[in-house]
Amino acid sequence: MSGAIVDEVLAPAGGDLAIAAAGPWQLARRRLLRNRVALVMAGLLAVIVALCLGAPLYAHHIAHTDPFRSNLDGTTIANGKRVPVMVQSTQGLGLGVTPIGPTWDVHHYFLGADGQGRDVAARLLYGGRNSLLIGTSAALITCFLAVLVGVVAGFFGGLVDGILSRLLDVVWAFPVYLLAISLSTVLIARGFSLGPLHLTSGSLLLPITIIGLVYIPYVARPIRGEVLSLRRREFVEAAIGLGASNWRLLWSDILPNVVTTAIVLFPLMLAIDMLTEAALSFLSIGVQEPKASWGSIILDGQDLLYTRPAVALAPGIAIALTVLALNVLGDGIRDALDPRAKLRKTKDD
Amino acid sequence: MRNRKSLIALALVAVIGVVATGSSSARTTSHRGGTLKLLANAAGGTLDPQVNYTLQYWQLYQATYDGLLAFQKAGGSAAFNVVPDLASSYKTTNGGKSWVFTLRKGIKFSNGRPVTANDVVASFRRIFKVKSPTAGGFYNGIVGASKCLKTPATCTLAGGISGKGNTVTINLTAPDAEFKYKLAVPHASILPASAPPNDAGSTPIPGTGAYYFSSYDSNKQLVMKRNPYFHVWSQLAQPDGYPDQITQSFGLTVEAQVTAVENGQADWGYDFPPADRLNELGTKYAAQTHLTPLTAFWYAPMNVNIPPFTSLKARQAVNYAIDRNALIKIFGGPKLATPSCQVLPPGFPGNKPYCPYTKNPGATWSAPDVAKAKQLVNASGQKGAKVVVISANDEVQKAVGVYLASVLNEIGFKATAKAISGNIAFTYPQNTKNHVQINVQQWYQDYPAASDFLHILFGCESFHPGSDSSINMAGFCNKPINAQMNAALKLENTNFPKANAMWAKIDRQVTDQAPMATMFTPKHLDFVSKRVGNFVFSKQFYWLVDQSWVQ
Repeated sequence: MSGAIVDEVLAPAGGDLAIAAAGPWQLARRRLLRNRVALVMAGLLAVIVALCLGAPLYAHHIAHTDPFRSNLDGTTIANGKRVPVMVQSTQGLGLGVTPIGPTWDVHHYFLGADGQGRDVAARLLYGGRNSLLIGTSAALITCFLAVLVGVVAGFFGGLVDGILSRLLDVVWAFPVYLLAISLSTVLIARGFSLGPLHLTSGSLLLPITIIGLVYIPYVARPIRGEVLSLRRREFVEAAIGLGASNWRLLWSDILPNVVTTAIVLFPLMLAIDMLTEAALSFLSIGVQEPKASWGSIILDGQDLLYTRPAVALAPGIAIALTVLALNVLGDGIRDALDPRAKLRKTKDD
Repeated sequence: MRNRKSLIALALVAVIGVVATGSSSARTTSHRGGTLKLLANAAGGTLDPQVNYTLQYWQLYQATYDGLLAFQKAGGSAAFNVVPDLASSYKTTNGGKSWVFTLRKGIKFSNGRPVTANDVVASFRRIFKVKSPTAGGFYNGIVGASKCLKTPATCTLAGGISGKGNTVTINLTAPDAEFKYKLAVPHASILPASAPPNDAGSTPIPGTGAYYFSSYDSNKQLVMKRNPYFHVWSQLAQPDGYPDQITQSFGLTVEAQVTAVENGQADWGYDFPPADRLNELGTKYAAQTHLTPLTAFWYAPMNVNIPPFTSLKARQAVNYAIDRNALIKIFGGPKLATPSCQVLPPGFPGNKPYCPYTKNPGATWSAPDVAKAKQLVNASGQKGAKVVVISANDEVQKAVGVYLASVLNEIGFKATAKAISGNIAFTYPQNTKNHVQINVQQWYQDYPAASDFLHILFGCESFHPGSDSSINMAGFCNKPINAQMNAALKLENTNFPKANAMWAKIDRQVTDQAPMATMFTPKHLDFVSKRVGNFVFSKQFYWLVDQSWVQ
């Protein structure tokens, strides 16, 4: 038996009586499917993820390029002519070398080249894989550890709560970006070793771990508060009265009720984590070359803003769209799981 | 008859000379005044001339401080000539071990106090007290220096330096033909005896130059004003300047610096213009853009004490694989740099063109030999070794680091590139505790002698494990080659051309041992505003800022 608080959903007048009998997850799914904006954003997100997952396919079979290898002396086809990827200025004093701009030909430097003569489109897709991987993994770490800490602190209270809450306070005391930057700056140079755990300096696990850890208080706090509230609810006290063990209370009564909060927060954390990863990589302390992420491609493009703005704009747009999709989808999931806290009005409301 | 004609000719020449001098004087006087506005992304650190080791401030020290000797304030290679400055003359005795200087009279610091022999003696002691970065490298040959290096606070240089009246004597433990150069760099500036015995930081110390530092806020601006006590005592050593005031403002990005100079809001930016603005400078602002070849080189030191570069074959493979032309593209194109394989730059004492790491080995580099590089990596047994390429995080150095990582991956290593803050990019790779395998560096001459490259960068004496001051970043200490370096240094005292021939051989040997991958010889780009006139570029200390006028 699940102790989850089932929303008091009543069948609308004249509506399908089956709704009243549906479980909370089914109801949430139905509500989500009615939210067209959230669905459009889910579709957009799916397209972005699919494109990024198809990066090797694009690079090797369509663009025929290695996006991790410098190609400063290479050539490509633009407007039917073979041209150098890096164009040397021949006017005036002959200063400067400019990478080729977007050709809008998917086979040849669709979005142009970066300062190393690499295909920006291929790097954008590979970069998206890393950005999504880091964001997703970090959000999973955050949500998992936050639920663990929040539930244990809220449920056991007393000394356990005191210690865990103070630990969260310590992390919370630092501005999140400052903390992430400090940790990255220190660890990116030397890597991290603790017992059997060994993270090399160029490993993606470093930004994943750092970003995953710094956001724990932001999720653990509300979950702890919710557990404190649940602990005093009648169904929990009834279970205690019936002699349920702590483990049973946690597993059957507390966890199912807080897991929805974690689910709601997950897409939002994913969006925040992706932004943080972009910021760290932009500062050269996230994903390390020759690997790419959307943040590191923006950094590459910063040096070409005057002549080749597409290099910085493309990943910027990709981040903006992904974060927008995640935020709207996150709101939709929240509306679906907790219809009493509507964030966006849908057509059906 | 013949005499008469000669007299008339002489008179004519004299008249023309007087007229020319008068008009020249009027022209130069009319250009005096105004404020020369310089920009830099960040301040250059301490303002103490005996501590600071940056081109950013060494350039400014030329107009603010003097040594006993000075590099001539002139354009081109004439700037390598050393001329008497605060000393009116000097001679060497005791087989080159004693240097006797006669001080000029009537020279005052910018605080009004006259320069005395006591100030000179105190200044040399201060080099050790403030732990000047070159105290151990340049001035360790002064008698008593070894004790001063051990206990700087109580440094007296007993037996090493003495002053009496207008005479100062410096005694060396051994003759040093390069000592005149070492006396002409800012670390040997003569400061008031009252200067603090520690790094003065942002507090300006009075100097003797045509200008003095009136204020310094490392977050905002550095201001130089005319020294009210200055008079020209040597046009070659310390000429008068044109602007009344010179400022260097901090905080603008490189992009913003270029825009400000284009718009006439500033006169010059210290930082190298970004790649995406070079074409614009070379076309729209060609008249305001000055390109000058440098006696410098960009190189990648490879740590010979850490795998995979413990293997000579692995190091040589990197040298063969690097496409110098590709790297030059990152730097801005062939007009801004020339490919190189060796240590000594073109036109430098001891340079004999040599490039073994090219498709057709000979005097110059022509193309990379990637196939040979791959063979060498296979033969080295280091294939698949993990390598991290360290570089500073500015645009060009970072791009060079990324390119090197790409090349290393291509020939069989597993490389990543890591960009670190420019503030530590010079010292971090020096410390062996940081286990840096390969990094991106540049070396610009301190003075025109082959030892300034070969002995300083690859001599055993420059390798100090565990220290941030271990300029031999490759950790290269080849005893036979080092013995030759010391022999060449000795030979400089008696036969400079022969010593240079010896340095040329050493250059070849070091290049063959490949403790570094030389990439290219850069040119310097100065972009000045429309109103800047009389641009004079000294090969020693670059643009002589005070010799340009703004009105």
